[in-house]
Amino acid sequence: MRIHHKIDLPGWMEYLLIPLLNLLLAFLLTSIVVFYAGENPFDVFASLFQGALGTVDGTGYTLYYATNFIFTGLAVAIAFHGGLFNIGGEGQAYIAGVGVLLACFWLDQFSWWVVLPAAMLSAAVFGGLWAFIPGWLQAKRGSHVVITTIMFNYLAAALINYLLVDVLIAPNQQSPQSQAIASDQHLPLLRDMLGFFGVESRFSPLNISFFLALFACFVFWLLVWKSKFGYELRVIEQGEKVAKYAGIPPARLVMTVMVISGIFASMVAINVIMGEQHRLIIEYTNGAGFVGIAVALMGRNHPVGIIAAAILFGALYQGGSELAFDFPGLSRDMIVVIQGLVVLFCGAMENIFKPSLARLVIYLRRQKGV
Amino acid sequence: MYEFFDLTLSVFASTIRLAIPLILAAMAGMMSERSGIVNVGLEGKMLMAAFAAAATAAVTNDAWVGLAAGIMVSVLLSLLHGVACITYNGNQVVSGMAINILAAGLAPTLANAWFNRGGQTPMLSADGRHTAIHLPGIETVGDIPVIGDVYRLLISGHNMLVYIAILTPFIVAWILYATRFGLRLRAAGENPHALDTAGVSVSSIRYRAQIGCGILCGIAGAYLATAQSAAFSQNMTAGRGYLALAALIFGRWRPKPTLLACFLFAFTDAVQIRLQGTVIPGIGIIPVQMIQALPYLLTILLLAGFIGKSEAPKAIGLPFVKDR
Repeated sequence: MRIHHKIDLPGWMEYLLIPLLNLLLAFLLTSIVVFYAGENPFDVFASLFQGALGTVDGTGYTLYYATNFIFTGLAVAIAFHGGLFNIGGEGQAYIAGVGVLLACFWLDQFSWWVVLPAAMLSAAVFGGLWAFIPGWLQAKRGSHVVITTIMFNYLAAALINYLLVDVLIAPNQQSPQSQAIASDQHLPLLRDMLGFFGVESRFSPLNISFFLALFACFVFWLLVWKSKFGYELRVIEQGEKVAKYAGIPPARLVMTVMVISGIFASMVAINVIMGEQHRLIIEYTNGAGFVGIAVALMGRNHPVGIIAAAILFGALYQGGSELAFDFPGLSRDMIVVIQGLVVLFCGAMENIFKPSLARLVIYLRRQKGV
Repeated sequence: MYEFFDLTLSVFASTIRLAIPLILAAMAGMMSERSGIVNVGLEGKMLMAAFAAAATAAVTNDAWVGLAAGIMVSVLLSLLHGVACITYNGNQVVSGMAINILAAGLAPTLANAWFNRGGQTPMLSADGRHTAIHLPGIETVGDIPVIGDVYRLLISGHNMLVYIAILTPFIVAWILYATRFGLRLRAAGENPHALDTAGVSVSSIRYRAQIGCGILCGIAGAYLATAQSAAFSQNMTAGRGYLALAALIFGRWRPKPTLLACFLFAFTDAVQIRLQGTVIPGIGIIPVQMIQALPYLLTILLLAGFIGKSEAPKAIGLPFVKDR
């Protein structure tokens, strides 16, 4: 039976059918949870869909969330390509928020298009450094990056909560949030551009970071499949011994991958702080780092798949945020259930459907007489 | 002097209370990882067990039925991990994270739907909780200075789960090193092919190890929700599953050093709770967030300083595929 694993499935099966089947399974199980929570699963999913894509604003929010998830998905995926599991996207993005904020405050008399590159650089330095330390610990001290990145999430939360409560808090402000950035520095919103074409949207925070995310996908593709670095990555994915044999120092590569991963995650701060909230708010990342895990796995660590998976999760988060209005018994936590199931089926149980599909492929090929 | 003794005693007493979930979870992790299955999912199993125990105890008003429910749910999640890692040869770290994310979503969703209290379960009455047991002789010994205090605060006055948890490392050590099952479990983690050649099913041993892991995580979760506190609340595990995992690694996958590591983490936690809000001469009040970060910082320092040459089970994380 295991022999079928070796069969190469056609691309559309491997990259489209299997993720869709896994997703279907995740939705099916979530329906059971919804049923036991006392609601009608069909009504709930219809409401999710309506909230996410039923209006222009809803769609805008969906893509706004998707922007975050593309960044964190790329962060997890590039680490996966290097054989590492970066669970620290949440903390890296959170720390990067301070970088963005400092750049905005420092360049407070300039407008957004001057500040944006500086803020990206600053975010990259902060978030990249936060990812570098676990990378260094993994490469030089052998401390497993899974545990250290989780610990760094807790440390980031403690550090920023301290900064927001005691240092950065805006004067006369009760809740822990920083001062606002200058209004000149707000990133242009897509709703303003769409208004030019007569599309009416009043609330959606979708901003030009979305294009930044798409560009990041292109950079990812170049990095992994078109560069020497990417070649080294795919060698080290085969194991450290293989890498050493090929003359690639694994320690340096591990640290580089972690920094790049951290930089991808950091761009969440651009989207949220310069694009929507215009200040640093406590726990602003809101789980985006963890969504990245599901997005990377479902997107098969490929930029195109990551965009699709990120939009799906964007829709779930947007639809989920309005769920509680229609169904008092349900909350946004239900989306986290779907997220966990997607990680389970797309990540850990990807071999459920593969053997039967492989047998089907072999059977069909024989029928054709090949 | 006596004041200092009192302070030390109360810190030690809270060290014991805080160590319990860590010890149970770390021993759970040991059962799983010594059999060759990485277990990042301790956190999620504990959280789900905490919810199941608190919810069941709230409905039945019986702490022991709650414990049984907690264990059952945790064992089911362990078996799910087993199906992914043993039957389907899946990535074990990813499967563990999936369980953590699943639990982080499922527990508050069900709590909201069934009890409608913002993701919490109702407060438990005394019958629904595991309450303190007073060991015999407390009246006579308790009044003696020093010895009486130690007996009253450290040895007596805990709930049943505490005593169970303290025994756990010894039971796990006995299973691992003194029984045939333990030998096979260790073989599954070190050299599964040898075990297979000897005619023992590696899968069956690893599944049984998962069940053992589930039972211990279940007790840990029930302790959090029905003994240490009187209800389930969101994210009440607060990273303890990961700390337990770190203790297991720091303890080099061996019962005694792991137990000591758990006490070390718990002691740091007890000290950090004690430090909150106190004025330290020359420094002033340390920000509460910095103090709360202590256990996590300690974890990183320990893993970075001592794990250079750790001896993990050799077959850990590798799916077992029979040679043909």
